[in-house]
Parts: sequence; C-alpha cells; structure tokens
Amino acid sequence: MFKSKSIAVDGVGAAWPICLGYIPIGLAFGVLAQKAGLGPCEIFLMSLLVFAGSSQFIAVSMLDCGAASASIILTTFTVNLRHLLMSSALAVYFTKSSRKKLGLLAYGVTDESFAVNYSRLKAGKWDIERSLVLNYTANMIWIISTVAGGFGGQFIPAGAFGIDYALPAMFICLLVFQLNGQKYLFVAMLSGVLAVFLSLVLPGNMYIVAASIFSATCGTVLKKIFEKKSLKGRAHDQ
Amino acid sequence: MTNEYILMVIGMGLVTFLPRWAPLFFLSNRKLPEWLVEWLDLIPAAILSALLLPVLITTGDPRRIMLLQPELIAAIPTFIFALKTRSLGGTVIVGMFMFWLTGKLF
Repeated sequence: MFKSKSIAVDGVGAAWPICLGYIPIGLAFGVLAQKAGLGPCEIFLMSLLVFAGSSQFIAVSMLDCGAASASIILTTFTVNLRHLLMSSALAVYFTKSSRKKLGLLAYGVTDESFAVNYSRLKAGKWDIERSLVLNYTANMIWIISTVAGGFGGQFIPAGAFGIDYALPAMFICLLVFQLNGQKYLFVAMLSGVLAVFLSLVLPGNMYIVAASIFSATCGTVLKKIFEKKSLKGRAHDQ
Repeated sequence: MTNEYILMVIGMGLVTFLPRWAPLFFLSNRKLPEWLVEWLDLIPAAILSALLLPVLITTGDPRRIMLLQPELIAAIPTFIFALKTRSLGGTVIVGMFMFWLTGKLF
C-alpha cells in the first residue's frame, strides 16, 4: 500500500511538465476538431484510441478536406512510425517486466513520455510502474483537454504565460541530460542539423526518423573505427 | 457518430499502437547484440535533437529557416539554465518565461 502510494506520487510528479504542455495543445486540437465538424464524443474517441498529438492534428485537417479514411490511416502510420525507435530505446531498460505491463505501457509512448521516462530509466531511479503512472496521467490530461477544447473553449488565451513553450523547454533540458559525453554530443549535433535540412525538403515528419537513424548509425560506426584504431595504436606502441 | 468515423479511428489507433508495442514486446527481457545496444543508446540523443532543432530554427508550412524568432532566442538562456542547474521543472518555468519575454520584446 505504502509502496503503491510512492509510485503514484513519483509518476504524477514527473508528469507535470508534460501535462502543462498538453493542455494548450489539447485545447487547440479540440477547437480545430470542432471547426472540422467533430463533436466532443468523436474527439474523445480519437484521443482515447490514437493518443498522438501531431497525427491527430493532421487527421482532422485531412477530414476537413474530405480525405478518404484509408489515406488518413496511412498518413497516421507514417507520422507515428518514429515511436518505433522510442519504444526500442525504452525496451533495453525493461529486463524483468511482464508482457501485459509492457503492452499497457506501449499505448502511452509519446515523444514527451518517452523523453521523460527514458532519462529517468537511464538515471536508474525509475521502473515500469512509475512509467505507467506517468503515461496514463499524461493520457488523461490529453483526453480532458482535447474534449474541453471541443466544447469550443480556447480557455487559455493564445500565447498566455509562454505556455506554448513548455514542451520545447522540456525537450531542451532532456536533451541536455543526454549529452553526457562526446559521442552523444556528436550524434545530437549531426541529427539536429540534418533534421533541420531534411525538414525543408521531406514531406511530413519523416525527417525525424531519417535524421535519427542516420546519425545514430554514424555514431556507432565511428565509435567502432576509433576503437579499432586505438587498439592498433596501443599494439604498435608496445 | 458514423460507423465510418469509428472504423477510421480504430484503424488510426491500430497503426499507432503497433509501432509502439512491437519493440517493447520483442526487444525487452532478452540479451541484445552489443552493436544494437550501442546504437539504441545513441537514438534518444539523436531523436530529441531531431525533434527540437527544427522547432527552434524553422517556421511555416512549407518550412523555411528562420533564425530571429522567439523560439530560438528563448532557447539560448533556457539551454544555459538547463546546463547549469540540470533541473527539469526549473527549465520548463524559465523557458516559458523567456519565451513570453522575447514575445513581448520583439
């Protein structure tokens, strides 16, 4: 009982920056969805079953243009494919977790929950239970804000308190947490620069997956080459 | 709510859930080859940077480079604050304030 209380407190406590960021985006989504002709129940269903911000925005704007269901589903797939990389990176840290809990966790993997859970898992003071609490807290806030927006309320005036910057600021800090050593710094810089240029030329958000895979692969290969060189160098010295 | 809408949302949910679920199901609870672990270790730094940088220095649809915008200007003090304090909550608050401030000034 005592243990489950501390899990809940930790999980919710870590979720607040995400929630702060989801509220204005969720409200904005609800407003947009309502303008596209969706009612609160329809918004609720989409936020519950999909739970992926940018793809929901795209789906609604496609619905507004009268796109076919199949093309909306296909677009959703490509837009959300990046979660494949995030779940893969998370999987390394779950060595003794039940398949059922992993399934429950998978539902809530978003850019934001991944970033927070990963940095805490890597720091070693986090587990699947706390990750689940964080994911479902964020999920609940997302559903509530999108439905609230669907009632037509832009309850927070646009740009108020700099709240639109909550998520970028969170990502800045979580990226700083990742930069523990030259190889991470190199990969992050390469990936960032590449993502900027690819985002100008590639359609949709494929630039995220493309830049990440290319840069992480470069990092891994370069590390192997340097290791071989330094081994050879040492052998030559002796 | 039309049946067509319900089916579409179920389809969207499935194609979103599967990429989230498959790696957690197949890659967890097992020993992975060393190169894969090393590669996956670099993925978060790469993906966070790829998510963030275009937000800071591009704008519009289609995207174009835009350096002098509040997103990038506010990012500099926010980044320094994160580097010095390593506080997630503090960085979020400082970042929001800086963004609000640059919005007022420019």
